[in-house]
Amino acid sequence: MKEFDIISTRANRIDTPDKATGRAVFVDDISRPGMLYGALLQSPHAHAKILSIDTSKAEKLKGVKAVITSKDAGSIKYGVSPARYDETVFAIDRVRYVGDEIAAVAADSLDIALAAVDLIKVEYEILPAVLTIEEAMKDGAPLLHEGSPKNLCAEVHQEFGNVEEGLKNSDIIITTKMKNKRQDGAFIEMQGCIAEFDNLGVLTLTSSTQVPHYVQRTVAMVLGMDVGKVRVIKPYVGAGFGIKAAANPMELACCILARKTKKPVKMNYTRDQVFMLARARHQFSHTITTGAKKDGTLMAIKHECWLDGGAYTSFGIATVYYTGSLLGGPYKLDNMSYDGYRVYNNKPACGAQRGHGAVIARAAFEQQLDMIAEKIGMDPLELRIKNMMETGDTTCNDLNMSSFGMSECIEAVRKGSGWDHKKGKMPKGKGIGMACGFFVSGAGYPIYRSDTWHGTVIVKLTEDGGTALVYTASAEIGQGSDTAFAMIAAETLGIPLENVRLASGDTDMGVDLGAYSSRQTLMTGHATKDAAEHAKRQVLEVLAEQLKVPVENMDIRNGFIEFKGAAPDFSGLRTRYIKEHRGWIDNPASEKLTFKEASRIAFLERGSIVGTGKYKPHDLGGKFKGAAVGTSPAYGCSAQVAEVTVDMETGQVTIDKITDAHDCGKAINLTSVEGQMQGSVSMGIGEAMHEEVIFDKQGRVLNHDLAEYKIVTSMDMPHVEAIVVESDEPNGPYGAKEVGEGAIMPTIPAILNAVYDAAGVRLNELPLTPERVYNAIQEYKEKNKIK
Amino acid sequence: MKKIIHLTINELDHEIAVEPNKTLADLLRYDLKLTGTKKGCDTGDCGACTVIMNGDPVNSCLVLAVQANGSRIETVEGLSTDEGIHPIQKAFVEKGAIQCGYCTPGMIMSTKSLLDKNPNPNEQEIREGISGNLCRCTGYTKIFEAIESLRS
Repeated sequence: MKEFDIISTRANRIDTPDKATGRAVFVDDISRPGMLYGALLQSPHAHAKILSIDTSKAEKLKGVKAVITSKDAGSIKYGVSPARYDETVFAIDRVRYVGDEIAAVAADSLDIALAAVDLIKVEYEILPAVLTIEEAMKDGAPLLHEGSPKNLCAEVHQEFGNVEEGLKNSDIIITTKMKNKRQDGAFIEMQGCIAEFDNLGVLTLTSSTQVPHYVQRTVAMVLGMDVGKVRVIKPYVGAGFGIKAAANPMELACCILARKTKKPVKMNYTRDQVFMLARARHQFSHTITTGAKKDGTLMAIKHECWLDGGAYTSFGIATVYYTGSLLGGPYKLDNMSYDGYRVYNNKPACGAQRGHGAVIARAAFEQQLDMIAEKIGMDPLELRIKNMMETGDTTCNDLNMSSFGMSECIEAVRKGSGWDHKKGKMPKGKGIGMACGFFVSGAGYPIYRSDTWHGTVIVKLTEDGGTALVYTASAEIGQGSDTAFAMIAAETLGIPLENVRLASGDTDMGVDLGAYSSRQTLMTGHATKDAAEHAKRQVLEVLAEQLKVPVENMDIRNGFIEFKGAAPDFSGLRTRYIKEHRGWIDNPASEKLTFKEASRIAFLERGSIVGTGKYKPHDLGGKFKGAAVGTSPAYGCSAQVAEVTVDMETGQVTIDKITDAHDCGKAINLTSVEGQMQGSVSMGIGEAMHEEVIFDKQGRVLNHDLAEYKIVTSMDMPHVEAIVVESDEPNGPYGAKEVGEGAIMPTIPAILNAVYDAAGVRLNELPLTPERVYNAIQEYKEKNKIK
Repeated sequence: MKKIIHLTINELDHEIAVEPNKTLADLLRYDLKLTGTKKGCDTGDCGACTVIMNGDPVNSCLVLAVQANGSRIETVEGLSTDEGIHPIQKAFVEKGAIQCGYCTPGMIMSTKSLLDKNPNPNEQEIREGISGNLCRCTGYTKIFEAIESLRS
C-alpha cells in the first residue's frame, strides 16, 4: 500500500488554471472606485543635502489631491532588522543614493501625478559620493550614517575550532579570491500596491509582496497605527526572489497618501525604479584559504568577505552573517574562521536574493575543492564524498543536519551525467565540473526578536461537510506554496485534493512570516498539518460519541471513514444526513461512511468545525554572537554537474547540460520541486554568465531594463536534468524540507569547475563574459607558452 | 484629442475613442479591463504583454492603440471556449510550466502564434518561438515540455 495518497504526487497546481487563462489577479489588475494614482519624486543625485523642498506648484496643478514629504511621513526609522533601522519613508535632510525618495504625489491620473512630481522644486547641495568599498573606507571619506565610522555598516568576526592549528596540520593550503557583480531580482512583475482606508480608520494595503506580516508591522509602526487596524493582502505576485521580502518605501508612501486623501491610491514601480530600489544580491569580494591533508581530508577554512552594501542596511546584517555561516557545511570540518564586513556607499541598498549571502562563498570554496583534488590526484567527486557530512552531523558552527541525502545526490548526478565516462576524458574546449551546496529550510528565528509563532493556519469544514477551507497568511509568490498546503491539508484530513479550497496571503487569516529563507513548506506546512489534524480529530470525536467507537479505531482516507475491524452500524447517521440533505441528488450510496456525512453530523453536533494549527521551531543553534543566522530546523542539499563548451578562440562559454540532484526531504509535489530546481539553475546561470548591474560615475544604474540587464532567455537555457532525491526529514511535515534556494548553491561553481576542465583557466570574477574568459585563456597560454 | 478606432478583440468588434499616445497594452488592460495581458517593463523587453495582432505576436506595450486601428487582436482571455480551457493552457497547467504566472499569458500567446504557423516545431523552433518572452521562475524547461506535448 502506498504510504501517501496525495503527498509526493504530481498534482496540478491549484493556482495555475487561473494563471493560464488570465484570470489570476495581480495588484495592477485591481482598480477601486475613485482611485487615485501616486508617483514618487526620487533623488537624481547619489549624495546631496536637501536645502529646501517647494511643493507649491505641484499642489496647484489641477487634479492633484496630495503632495507629501518627510513633513507628513515623519522621522520614524524602519528597515528590516529592528536593531538596524536606518531608513525613513522620505529623505529628511539628505539623499544617499540615486533613487532615494523625497516626496510623493496622489492625483486623479498617473499622468497628472507624474507632471506634479516634475513641478516639485528641490534645492540640493551636492555632496561628494562614494560608490565603491574602497572609496567609502578611505580616510576622510564622507560618512553616510552617523555612528558608522569608515562607513562600516556591519562587521562579523567568528572562529570555530582552531584555524591556525588546522592550517598548520594541512599538507595543502590554497588561497583564492572571488568576486561577483551586483545582481537584480528581475522578477517579471514590478512592485505595485493599493492603499485604502475605510470609514472606521482601518487601512488595507494590497501589495506585491513576499511578506504580508512584516509589511503589516512596518506600516503600523511608521504610520503609528495598531497592528490590528492594518490589513495587508497579497494578491497573486509575479515572483520576488527575496527582493520583495520587506516593506518598500512606495508601500509606505502609498499608505500615507491614502490617509491624507481619504481615497484609494495605487502606485507602481516602473522597471527602472525596480533597479533603483535594488535590494537584490550584494557584490561579494571573498578571500578564502582552505587547508587539506594529502588524503583529501579538509582541515580548515579561513574566510574573509567584503560586501558592497549600498546606502542602507536592508537585509544586510543577515546577509553578512549568512555569508559566513553557510560555509560550515556540507563537509566535515572542525575549524573555520570568518571575518565579514558590509560597507555603506552611495548606491541603492542590496538585500536578500535566492541563496541569501552564500552563493559566491560557495562559488569560491567549491573551486578550491577541485584545486585540492587536482593537487592530490583525486577525482573531485570522490573528494567531496570523502568529506561529506552524514545525517545527524552538526557543523562546527552548530548547524544540525537532521536529514542529509547529500551522498545520494552526488551518486545521482554521477550517474545522471555519466561523470565516470566523461571526467578527464573530454577533448580540449569541452569540460565537466561539479559542486555541492546546502541551504536552510526556514530561518530559525523571526526577523524581529519575538516568541511569535512563525505560522498559524485555520482549517474550517464547510457546513455541508464537503469541503475543507484552508486559511493561511503565507505568501504564494509562484513557488507553489498554496498547492503544497492544500495537498498537506487533504492528506492529513484524508480527503481528495479537489475537496480542499485554500485562501492565503492575507494578514487577517493569521500570522505567517512569509516567503523567505525557504521557510514555508516546512513551517507553514507544519501549521497546516496541525490545523487539519485538529479539524479531523473533532469530526472523529463526534463520530466516536455517535457510534460508540473509540477515536483511535477510526481514520479518514480518500474521503471515507475507515474503521479498525468491522464497521459499526452507521445507518442511523446516514438517515440523519439524508434527511438533512432533502432535495439534493447526491445522497451517499457507498458501503462506507463518507467524510462528508461525518463532518455534516459533526457540524450539527458542535457548530462550525474549525481546526487551528501553529508552528515555531524548537530552540536552535549555538550561543555565540550571530548564531541565530544560519540555524534552521532542517537543511536541503544539492549536487550539480555542469557540462560546458569553451570556444578557445573567442572565450565564449556555452553550457551544454546541467544535471541537478536535490534532497528536499519528502517531496510534497514532485513537479513543483523540479520547477524550483530548474528555476534555481537558471538564476545561477544568469549570475554566472551575464548578469551585472552597471553604474555610471554618478551612481546611476546604466542598464536599468531587461534588454541590457541580461537574464537567461529560452535561447540560453541548457537542458537540465532534475533528479529529486527524497529523504525523511524528522523536523519537517511529512518529512519535507526546502528546495527553493538550496538548488542554486552549486550552479555557479559547477560551471566554473567545468570551464577549468575545458579551458584550463580558473575565473575568479563573474560574470563569464567572452572578454573575461578570452583574457584568462590568453594569460594561460602566455604562462604555459602555448601558441 | 481622442481618435476613434475599430478593433476586433477576441472576435468581438469594438469602436473606441483613445488618446493618440495610449498603448494597446494600456487600452486592453485599463480601458477594456482585459487584465490577462500583463506588463513587465513597458519597453518591449519582457514579452509579458504579448498579444496576437493580425496573426502575428506583438508586444502590445510597443503598439499604439491608434496603430492597431482595423486590426484583429487575440488575447489570453479569448483562448478558452465553452468546451473548456485551450489545449495550450491545459498543457501549461499539466506540465507544471507555470510558477508565478506573470509571464504566462504572453508566453501562451507566443506559443499559440508559433503553433498556428508551425504545428510541429522542433526544439530550436520552440526556443525561438518564445525567445521574446522572459521567464524568471521556471528556467523554461517545463515550458519547453508543455509546447513539445502539443506537437501535432
